[in-house]
Amino acid sequence: MRREGSALRGLGVVTLKELSDHMTSARMRVLEWLVVLVALAAVYAAITQVRDVTAEDPFLFLRLFTTAREPLPSFTAFLGFLVPLMAIGLGFDAVNGEHSRRTLSRILSQPIYRDALLFGKFLAGLATLSVSLIVLWLITIGLGLIMLGVPPGAEEMARAFIFLLVTIAYAGVWLALAMLASILFRSAATAALVTLGFWLFITLIWPALSPAIVTAFVPSNDEATLVIAAQSLARLSPSTLYGEAVMAILHPATRTLGPVYVSQLEGAVMGSPLSLWSSVMVAWPQIVGLIAASILLFVGGYVAFQRQEVRA
Amino acid sequence: MDAVVMPRAGSAVSAGPAQTVIAVNGLTKRYDTTTAVDGITFNVDAGEIFGLLGPNGAGKTTTILMLLGLSDISAGTARVFGHDPMREPLQVKRLIGYLPDTVGFYDNISAADNLHYTARLIGIAKAERAGKIAAALERVGLKDVANKKVGAFSRGMRQRLGLAEIVMKEARIAILDEPTNGLDPQASLELLDLIRSFKAQGMTVLLSSHLLDRVQSICDRVALFNAGRIALMGTVGELGAQVLGGGFAVEVEADGGDHLARRLAALPGVRQVTEPAPGRFRMICDRDLRAEAAAEVVAGKGRLTQLSLDRPSLETIYTRYFQSHDNPREVPHAA
Repeated sequence: MRREGSALRGLGVVTLKELSDHMTSARMRVLEWLVVLVALAAVYAAITQVRDVTAEDPFLFLRLFTTAREPLPSFTAFLGFLVPLMAIGLGFDAVNGEHSRRTLSRILSQPIYRDALLFGKFLAGLATLSVSLIVLWLITIGLGLIMLGVPPGAEEMARAFIFLLVTIAYAGVWLALAMLASILFRSAATAALVTLGFWLFITLIWPALSPAIVTAFVPSNDEATLVIAAQSLARLSPSTLYGEAVMAILHPATRTLGPVYVSQLEGAVMGSPLSLWSSVMVAWPQIVGLIAASILLFVGGYVAFQRQEVRA
Repeated sequence: MDAVVMPRAGSAVSAGPAQTVIAVNGLTKRYDTTTAVDGITFNVDAGEIFGLLGPNGAGKTTTILMLLGLSDISAGTARVFGHDPMREPLQVKRLIGYLPDTVGFYDNISAADNLHYTARLIGIAKAERAGKIAAALERVGLKDVANKKVGAFSRGMRQRLGLAEIVMKEARIAILDEPTNGLDPQASLELLDLIRSFKAQGMTVLLSSHLLDRVQSICDRVALFNAGRIALMGTVGELGAQVLGGGFAVEVEADGGDHLARRLAALPGVRQVTEPAPGRFRMICDRDLRAEAAAEVVAGKGRLTQLSLDRPSLETIYTRYFQSHDNPREVPHAA
């Protein structure tokens, strides 16, 4: 059945309202502090390490993001961990919050479709995350400039920028997941716990579990088959995808994200960097996977929301 | 916003009598196992206050949500100013102002900001917003707290803010779900006064409530819901006549006189006269016969000491009706 009028009527209004809510909320204050502290810690650690070790690296600036110094993890590892937390924090009460405040039916009785409300909330959440991440990115690069004293090259900046975009896509996955939970569970606390539980499982336990599952269920003695199967299974986790994509983008020498056969290495100059384009191609399946996962989760939430009863 | 010419509330009155603004025909809502609303049919005319009354869970809110296009219709049709809420929900929602049961607002922003957000969703032009919001808040008596955060508002203030939203929207129909629920008597009287003033402006009001006696005073017509069906529909007087077997009870107290009981019983329109105490007569009549009764007492040389009219209460009608119909599902629609 066709319905009259645009499904996106009111989208801008909802997005701006949600954005201003996010920006002025206490959650955002916490996020801002988190961002600043993480940037300082990771960059400081990376810079002290970089100064000691790699003076001759042509991609010195990118080491800023990837170098870890015990006991601190690297900047990218920090992000892989923190971004889901930020996204869940912004999304877990998106829809059930409207239910419990009893504003949902009042808002939906205005001349807009549900689509606008849900999409507006997602866009506002993503914009908020993007702002935080861009700020974080700029602080890191600024600190790097000051403390390393070496200006980054054009390709380094391009890679760093793609890294930023990938991180935003990664944030989108978790935001869509949190919003899905906020639609499925009426209580915000339940939605938050379920999403956080899922996040812990998928980031910490799943990578360790997938090889075990493979050895238990894949009837093969071929080492390569087992490794590939384990890797495919691990790639169901967005954290794994993100880690691999970042690896390919920020380590120009990364030639493949899967196992390498000896035959493939024929004629290859070990350790020589790939061009920017080739690196993006290596990471492309992972990037598409992340975007697809967020679209899939959002659509799931969308369908559930359309079918949901409005009454509290 | 589309180029829809929105007639201001008030123009409906001059449009002539009895224009049907809401037409519901065989409306049904089925869930997997239950039927929440079971083939109800009613019309609401322009400028009237129509009450959907009945216990919680009788299907009132479901009916309202279907009228707004917020819940799918399983069978039957609903039309709001001729628009189908399933196909043209935006059009319908432009015409209806809705105050949900225990309405909520964003607690962290002020009353005026809450209305600003809704105004932008409605599509009110930027230049008009501030003026309309101020006027609406003044109308419901929230002008002084316009810039206070809604978090500090009482239940009654929130309900009034909800009404302000409807005023601002210049809705032609106001649908109010349990507007007096949980309010203290003073607040609920004020709210009912506001609703009456909506009617005076030509707005059509559809309200639902389970508090029968409180809303009976303001409803022109009511539909009594029971288990998803409309059990009775009409004016309170009609329902009284139908269910209680005589809508009006006139009590007469008089001293002396000749055969007053017989004289009163002979009046046209009187069904029954009882004499619960000497000199006290209770007449069950089809209409208000106080004047005739007074004249008759005087003509019978009695000294009239008291004359009063018991209006039929919805509460009584409702209880009596369901006492006499043990299985209301088999009862055809009255009125």
